[in-house]
Amino acid sequence: MSEHSERTSEGQLRRALSALRHDPLALTGSVVLALLVVVGVAGSWLAPSGINEVDVDRMLQPPSWSHPFGTDELGRDVLSRVMVAARVSLQVGLVSVGIALAVGVTLGLFAGYYRGWLDNVLMRCMDVLFAFPVLLLAVAIVAVLGPGLLTATVAIGVVYTPIFARVTRAGVLSVREQVFVRAAVSIGASDLRIMRRHVLPNIAAPLIVQTSLSLAFAILSEAALSFLGLGVQPPAPAWGRMLYDGRGFVTEAWWLGFFPGAAIFLTVLAFNLVGDALRDVLDPRQLTVSEARRSAT
Amino acid sequence: MSAPRTPAEVVAELNDLTVWFPSPAGMVRAVDGVSLQVRRGETLGLVGESGSGKSTTGLALLRLVDPTSGSVRVAGQDVTRWSRRRLRALRRRVAMVFQDPQASLDPRRTIGASIAEPLVVHRLSDGRAARRRRVEELLDMVGLRGDLADRHPHELSGGQRQRVGIARALAGEPDLIVLDEPIASLDLSVQAQIMNLLRRLQRDLGLTYLFIAHDLAAVEHMSDRMAVMYLGRIVESGTPAQIWREPAHPYTAALLSAVPVADPQVERERRRIILSGDIPSPVDPPAGCRFRTRCPQARPECAETDPVLAEVDPDHRAACLFAGAAVRAMRSP
Repeated sequence: MSEHSERTSEGQLRRALSALRHDPLALTGSVVLALLVVVGVAGSWLAPSGINEVDVDRMLQPPSWSHPFGTDELGRDVLSRVMVAARVSLQVGLVSVGIALAVGVTLGLFAGYYRGWLDNVLMRCMDVLFAFPVLLLAVAIVAVLGPGLLTATVAIGVVYTPIFARVTRAGVLSVREQVFVRAAVSIGASDLRIMRRHVLPNIAAPLIVQTSLSLAFAILSEAALSFLGLGVQPPAPAWGRMLYDGRGFVTEAWWLGFFPGAAIFLTVLAFNLVGDALRDVLDPRQLTVSEARRSAT
Repeated sequence: MSAPRTPAEVVAELNDLTVWFPSPAGMVRAVDGVSLQVRRGETLGLVGESGSGKSTTGLALLRLVDPTSGSVRVAGQDVTRWSRRRLRALRRRVAMVFQDPQASLDPRRTIGASIAEPLVVHRLSDGRAARRRRVEELLDMVGLRGDLADRHPHELSGGQRQRVGIARALAGEPDLIVLDEPIASLDLSVQAQIMNLLRRLQRDLGLTYLFIAHDLAAVEHMSDRMAVMYLGRIVESGTPAQIWREPAHPYTAALLSAVPVADPQVERERRRIILSGDIPSPVDPPAGCRFRTRCPQARPECAETDPVLAEVDPDHRAACLFAGAAVRAMRSP
């Protein structure tokens, strides 16, 4: 009984939160994410100086009290630029994963619920997308649509759609065989209602986990695209772009590349830590594994 | 009960229904030529071993599985070929209570939301407040407190959950409720409570039941008429009194002989008819009489002729070439 009650509904959210609080790694990840969100939202107000304030007297200054992250080749404050770029990264990450989530979950729901030819057509399309390396596909899409923040976002969204479609479909396939779905059919509920009210809530856990993990990869992809000059266009700051600009100065001004790189690293790490912790709590398969381990000892 | 011999209105009926499922081993003939009628206000009991096709028969009546041939009629309409969409409106008329109340309730939804679903789907009550009142009324009808509406299924006991399943079935005021092994997964003491609840509800609300179970005593206790299924066929039908006192089919006699009697004297003298072997595969049922491979009274003719359900007494039918005689032979010492 207690296993059942632990596994359901509002207990799940509470358990997720308490797990985050008690797991030191997950707690660290959450704190970093919280900081990131604050910086992302209020970065331009919090930044000590303007992002495009050129100061030719203070070019390539190493980190100091007045410029904790140093200055770049145009004398711009690296700290301010890293802070403002956080917004770009978060925005691209959230919007692109939002696209992937909306499209992927919808396709996965229909494919898994109706099976048959629809399933085949949709999932083979997803397989085609899935077959390409993530970055290659993103670059190809940006090449077609033209570089820029919006196209980079769309490209990353497209690239991460198949994983959501797959996770959703896998969940739907198991949930649709449950008796409560048959019960809903016997009541006369429409397919859309069954998908929305019965199937989706019961596959929320793996989707939440996948979302947090995908956010990390989406942010990494955005950095890569910007590094290649296909994302955010200068002079607007982006971590990937700053990394690219700093690569010519690795020997004489390490801080140009180090701080944006560290920002990417910490962000991705934080999302992964939180995602892993959520998986441990929410994903039933993982739960049964840990339960099995517990009962075996 | 209506006067004898004046047929009451038929709420639902199956005519020569077959349901075959494809499987790697071949076609599984889950239901293979079943006809039955459920009349308003009665309980028709359907009894059989697992694999006899009794649950599939119930599901076919709701068109939750598609018939391979034959017809399904509900409220006078032939619904055999109706589309899923068209069936939705009909679903209010026939409700179902499932065997496992834990599995049949969505773990993510509150009890109240589950019970209210027929009301929402068929637009039976206006607004949240009216719906809430109706849900509390339904909970009260099945003997549960109204505040359970805000709980989730895992917070309830098995018996309480099955009461919720019954409340949900009542919500749309259906003409017929299919009870698919409603007590099989419950504790013995709770089984009696649920059966009494079902009988009380039937009396108070004039409900019609198709009661599916493998427990012969439960079916006898609940039903006005009953049918015994074996390997996708009905082998005997009649009133519980007829079948209990004078079973005409050897299979029924064997089933009955396995039911313990509460009288020690009778119990000591009870002769058990032990059936040998397992129920044959529904992929490849025996030619002729399906029961002949396990029948203690099987004769050469049984392999040649597939017996039809024939009247042995008024309203009492059996599908056996030697109906009555075979049973008498089995029971004589």
